[in-house]
Amino acid sequence: MATQAPVSRAQQKLAATSPAVRLIGIRRTYGDVVAIDRLDLDIAESEFFTLLGPSGSGKTTTLRVIAGFEQPDEGHVELGGVDVTRVPPFERDVNTVFQDYALFPHMSVQDNVEYGLRVKGMSRRERRVKAQEVLERVRLPQVASRKPLQLSGGQRQRVALARAIVNSPSVLLLDEPLGALDLKLRQEMQVFLKALQRDLGITFVYVTHDQEEALTMSDRMAVFNEGQIEQIGSPAEVYEHPQTEFVAGFVGVSNVIERDGRRITVRPEKIHMRADDGGSGEPGVVREVVYVGMVTRYVVDLDSGGELVVIRQNLETSSQQALEDRDKRVRLDWKPEHTYEIGKEG
Amino acid sequence: MERRGTRWALGGWTTLVVLFLWAPLALIMVYAFNKSNVQSWPIPGFTTHWFHVAWQASEVRSAVWLSVQAALLATSIAIVLGSAAAFAIARFRFFGREAVSFLLLLPIALPGIVTGMALNSFFTFSHIVPSLTTIVIGHSTFCVVIVYNNVLARLRRSSPSLLEASADLGADGWHTFRFVIWPVLSTALVAGGLLAFALSFDEVVVTFFTAGAQNTLPLLIFGYIRLGQQLPVVNAIAFAMIVLTVIPVALAQRLMRDTGVLRRGASALAATK
Repeated sequence: MATQAPVSRAQQKLAATSPAVRLIGIRRTYGDVVAIDRLDLDIAESEFFTLLGPSGSGKTTTLRVIAGFEQPDEGHVELGGVDVTRVPPFERDVNTVFQDYALFPHMSVQDNVEYGLRVKGMSRRERRVKAQEVLERVRLPQVASRKPLQLSGGQRQRVALARAIVNSPSVLLLDEPLGALDLKLRQEMQVFLKALQRDLGITFVYVTHDQEEALTMSDRMAVFNEGQIEQIGSPAEVYEHPQTEFVAGFVGVSNVIERDGRRITVRPEKIHMRADDGGSGEPGVVREVVYVGMVTRYVVDLDSGGELVVIRQNLETSSQQALEDRDKRVRLDWKPEHTYEIGKEG
Repeated sequence: MERRGTRWALGGWTTLVVLFLWAPLALIMVYAFNKSNVQSWPIPGFTTHWFHVAWQASEVRSAVWLSVQAALLATSIAIVLGSAAAFAIARFRFFGREAVSFLLLLPIALPGIVTGMALNSFFTFSHIVPSLTTIVIGHSTFCVVIVYNNVLARLRRSSPSLLEASADLGADGWHTFRFVIWPVLSTALVAGGLLAFALSFDEVVVTFFTAGAQNTLPLLIFGYIRLGQQLPVVNAIAFAMIVLTVIPVALAQRLMRDTGVLRRGASALAATK
């Protein structure tokens, strides 16, 4: 970052004990619509942190507030312990990978990657070397002279990544970067991004609506709903101990039933299903059977009210056998430690 | 893969179309060197005399100068107003946005004769004496649309996050303008400007109603032809204009080809025409 920047590297190093990103009481509205409200969030140094939520939940707005593209109506943004609420984006030590990549169409890949270094006045030779290094890191050394339009979606995605990390920001912001890629490529990139983050030791703030992505890559994640954070925790905590009904439904399958005035949730793979033998467990009827290759998904109507989704691995079952289970009476069992009581909605 | 017969037929048809477009132009270009002042085929001899006559005629010179002035001014106005309007329409939502967009596009759909008559009545009504200014105003009505359409097409295709990306990478407003906004828009402006210039330069109908005593080049040629005078001189002027037009068109084509971004820009340009 240039010397005139109020937030210099040195200052940020001094404040190494502060969180990489801290949001305090952020509120952002568009007219009558409240995008985010009373948002507090600490993201630690070198953490892979995911903002997960449905569209319109405020996760992208939060990312844009960190980048500086949006000014909060209320609240403060701190980077490395320094208040940057009023600092414009070009003076913040963060870089963004945009959802549509936002590569400059008139520049070659090389020039795109060098852009950040160029506006900071780095010499041509130095930036050539750095750009080449980064392009190798994202495994694209051979396309440096091409224009973005001549690349595939996956390649553009990696150029966008290279253009951001070449500046060695203290925080990298990623706005649904894998959204436009096909499933296979997306899964490869998930592994790649996670490894890259571990390698670089940079804080990643990752926005996605895909719960699988969030669970796969994050150190910690925040689940957004209607402009607020419903839960923050590690993927295992959030998945296994959802604190609200929304989290239970959004991260995984909504398996909430009410018993004795308590609302409890059980993950579908933790439920053991057997033919009704009059023994212990919840009795019910299989209403639906969906064969999904590796597993079969059953929806069971319970006699005492509510329904549960059960997932069974197809260890020895063929699709034919699985489908024959429809309308059969069953009993569902689970270990008490696998159920969690959740608060009322909201 | 098409069969050989089809290929031949297509080739023949294409040749016919190209001939249809170019044969009259070629004929005029040959007549420009006609020794006789009677247009008959084949020409009896070769001369460059008519170019000399055209060059010497003060009438022709002042007409060319007036046309160039009008085209330059109308194009400049079009570039300023057209790109400003395109920015507003592309980047902001406001009350009456669709109406503004429609009103901007209307002049190109309206017959020139309607625009011309309307302007003429308006100028008479407000006691404005026809002059270069009124010609420029008349031409601007359709030149603005050309630039507007070109710039709008470019803005619609370029991601709005480009500017954010630039800021995100540390560029302030000036750097962003110089390295991103200008390179992305410049070719659209040049292409739109060239087309606007060309349209203004050969406009007859609107000019007819808005010009004063002075003639623009197209009006002069129109007059010559109507009276059946000076036909060889007209041919010489036409020759010069064809040659001069090829240069900017070839230039515009080159501009489109060089930058990968512009392929769709070219078709947008074609669509406006």
